[in-house]
Amino acid sequence: MFPRPIQKSSTAAQWVYSIALPVALLLWLFPLLGVALTSLRPASDLAQGNYFGMPSGIAWENYKFIFTETPIGQYMLNSMWVTIPTVIGAVSLSLMTGFALAVYGFRANILVFFMFVAGNFVPFQILMVPVRDMTLQLGMYDTWYGLALFHIAFQTGFCTLFMRNFIKALPYELIEAARVEGVSEWRIFWYIVLPLMRPAIAALSVLVFTFIWNDFFWATVLTQGVDSQPITAGLSSLNGQWIAQWHLVSAGSILAALPPVAMFFLMQKHFIAGLTLGAVK
Amino acid sequence: MAEAATTAPRRWTQRTLAPWLFLAPGLIMFTIYVLWPIVESVTLSFYDWNGLYDRDGAFTGTFVGMGNYAELMGDPAFTTSLWNNLKWLVLYMLALPIGLFIAIFLNQTVTGIRLYKSLFFFPFVISQVVVGLIFAWFYAPNFGLLYLLTEAITGKGTAILADPDLVTYGIIAAGLWPQIAYVMILYLTGLNNVAPDQIEAARLDGAKGWRMLWYVVLPQLRPATFIAVIVTVIGALRSFDLVSIMTSGGPFGSSRVLSYYMYEMALGEFGFRMGYGAAIAVVLFAIMMIFISGFIWKMWRDEKER
Amino acid sequence: MVHKLTGALALGAALLLSTSAFAQDKRVVTWNADYDPIPLAAAEALIADFEAANPEIDVVLTNFDHEAYKNAIRNFLTADPPDLANWYAANRMRPFVEAGLFADISDVWANNGLMESLAASVPSSTIDGKQYAIPYTYYQWGIYYNRDAYKAAGVDVPGPEGVTWDQFLANCEKFKAAGIDCVTTGSSALWPVAGIFDYVSLRTNGYQFHSDLAAGKISWTSPEARAVFENLGKLQPYVTENHAAIDWQDAAALFVQGKAANYVMGNFAVGVFKEGGMTNDNLGFMVFPEITAGIARAEEAPTDTIHLTSGAKNPDDAKTFLAYMASAEAQSKWNAAVGQLPTNKNATVDAADPFLTAGFQALSTSTGGIAQFWDRDADAEYAKAGMEGFQRFLVQPEALEEILAQLEATRTRLFPQ
Repeated sequence: MFPRPIQKSSTAAQWVYSIALPVALLLWLFPLLGVALTSLRPASDLAQGNYFGMPSGIAWENYKFIFTETPIGQYMLNSMWVTIPTVIGAVSLSLMTGFALAVYGFRANILVFFMFVAGNFVPFQILMVPVRDMTLQLGMYDTWYGLALFHIAFQTGFCTLFMRNFIKALPYELIEAARVEGVSEWRIFWYIVLPLMRPAIAALSVLVFTFIWNDFFWATVLTQGVDSQPITAGLSSLNGQWIAQWHLVSAGSILAALPPVAMFFLMQKHFIAGLTLGAVK
Repeated sequence: MAEAATTAPRRWTQRTLAPWLFLAPGLIMFTIYVLWPIVESVTLSFYDWNGLYDRDGAFTGTFVGMGNYAELMGDPAFTTSLWNNLKWLVLYMLALPIGLFIAIFLNQTVTGIRLYKSLFFFPFVISQVVVGLIFAWFYAPNFGLLYLLTEAITGKGTAILADPDLVTYGIIAAGLWPQIAYVMILYLTGLNNVAPDQIEAARLDGAKGWRMLWYVVLPQLRPATFIAVIVTVIGALRSFDLVSIMTSGGPFGSSRVLSYYMYEMALGEFGFRMGYGAAIAVVLFAIMMIFISGFIWKMWRDEKER
Repeated sequence: MVHKLTGALALGAALLLSTSAFAQDKRVVTWNADYDPIPLAAAEALIADFEAANPEIDVVLTNFDHEAYKNAIRNFLTADPPDLANWYAANRMRPFVEAGLFADISDVWANNGLMESLAASVPSSTIDGKQYAIPYTYYQWGIYYNRDAYKAAGVDVPGPEGVTWDQFLANCEKFKAAGIDCVTTGSSALWPVAGIFDYVSLRTNGYQFHSDLAAGKISWTSPEARAVFENLGKLQPYVTENHAAIDWQDAAALFVQGKAANYVMGNFAVGVFKEGGMTNDNLGFMVFPEITAGIARAEEAPTDTIHLTSGAKNPDDAKTFLAYMASAEAQSKWNAAVGQLPTNKNATVDAADPFLTAGFQALSTSTGGIAQFWDRDADAEYAKAGMEGFQRFLVQPEALEEILAQLEATRTRLFPQ
């Protein structure tokens, strides 16, 4: 193990470590803590210039305010409408593409695979004008499904890479054996491979959920109003109205961050497994 | 099973057809939304178009050949953006050593360490919009923490986002925060898989500290480093969200990067120069292609080894 | 009949309504607008009056979010044009006119004597000799000042005539000594600096020069343009230091708190100042001081307009409505509700509002001309380059030569001689 386990060091070193750990964490999360505290600070404190001193009270009303006086609830709902179909769509499509690329040795296999991988790294800007124009022409501009369709297509690249590698690591003998039995390809996919994919599906679902929830660029390009804008774009436009009202900006920020954070804590193992794919051999 | 009776030649057809049927939905979507738009953008970069169609729905652009690219060459805003992108690329790489350092710091088995690791990873889970807002608050003139801090130390507060020379560094620092967390988690996973016997053997040979890290551990962390470099490069070149949230490219365009400048030109309030925007996107794409090809080449090699 | 509408769902509901009960006996005029709540209510009141006078016409207003509208108009003018659409005068409407999306309404102007009653707005509504817009409201820009800040720094509060340029600069020196920003602004969105630049330019060389400058007809390295920057440079040391990182509302907070004494702003800011706690007692307004003696005083007053679209399904009734929006009666009513100024010279303003009265006075006595604001007078790309240059000059005055060279390069590229 590297570095050497702290337990093997002197007691003094162990003490230092046990103090350094929380201190480092505090420093690391300092900006976030500041914002979390500000979100609970009464507006009167900010008006009097009390930004960092003891708050004069805990103002849950900041959260109440943004829920009742701004469309933040609608934005959160819009985000759900975009995110959940995208997760389902991208995972389903990539299960199939991943299966095709992992199991069949056809000639264009590696070419198609690399195309998916390469597309995944393309800068968004090169897609922006045509995708926006196409979405407009199809009458899907400023709708949750217009945004979700694009996300499904784009995320399929990354998800295919993931699924394909995962299926490749499954014992191929299972599939061989089934073929000898004469099981159809669809049934092999459905009854043999799919049940083994649960961890991969879980990992990708949390990852895609986080990516899409946090997406700002496409939300800006493909939606514009309260009726369809997801929380990231919504927060940005609210920020334009809440100038100098940092207690509201902070509360909104915390709220926008909550779902992916909850997702991460609930599904931590899968999340990290997904993210670190390829980091070990 | 009904399929059990299938004859050999039929099964062969099924097996050549099956991959394409499985690929079809994903491939079609991907072609419509990713591959074809790339071609369209490249084509559009040879046109001058304000994004409007006339009343009959006809395209109103005019062909200008290499005109947009020629204009880019003499455009100071483009040069600034390119320079800033370079700063992003270079400074973003700091995420690697810092991430590795934190990973090593956290790679212990004391009580509660799992929670510590999760909390250190936290910034990555948050949207960049939120990160941008957090740092904008941190940097705010007159009452921002950093402003007050510099005021206390030097007697004169520094408003990072108002200073054309500092603004890009201020935004990069904000971007590094989640990026370091990402790299850290990659290295933590990597460290978990470092072969203990090699470490012990090296330890017996008297290897310690830096030498151990450099000669024994780092080589084993190669796959993690590779992924970390890739995601960091992509993160640096995609730096749209933070610039948009924190400064909108200002003051007077000093914090623009290519990805933001492209958006500004194509969809910004004073933009709607779709062709010119497309040309910027093509340049960005070309830069990214250098890294994409490197990545594909490495994957190709790995595939062959299997 | 009026529908308060936002979004597609409501639009669908409106279509249902308008095609059912009223469709047989009423002709529908559709109108896309981008109003905040107060202007929206005022527009609805006008629609009610209009429909009472024209019972056979039903005006259906679809309201959009103000920011989203800038994007939306580009789509709906092609995809699904309403009969009428809100927009802005001068160069801001040019792309739509050139793409053939806004219709020529010279006949509305001619048949209703608008050339006379809207005389001040003729140039900004006209492209190539034809009128494409009905201007129905504008608001003045000028210097708002905080009387308390003047008193705190021991500076004489300006009288109704305002102050001279030299006096203004001398006051700034006193404010500086007292630790108060003489002139504040928040330019992170760029446009607020254009207000300062426009006034210095209008006062240094007059309206015609400024208009030609915005049109790209004048070199940035000409002595006249340099003179503008020289005067701007005199103001520069007194402008709030980190203005490039704050928004105009942040600067408004400084102004309200008395940390800044003067604010070059549009009249819409009065609402924000008053929300911050200012009253008619400590908030003052004066026109921007004269710089070059003898130049006819020009003012800045951005105009909002309504346009007939080329895809209009009911152009005849839409024109009737446009003529109504140009009338003194409609404009008096709408502007009184919103707190802005009517463009029709026969209209009236609320005498109890000192800022409106002062604005109406300033605009109606201006002999130099009415500028639309930099980002409406200049072509979009040119406007942006200009505003970045102005902002940069107010941060780095020492970079003047570089700024002028860049602006000049942009000018020669956009307007090849």
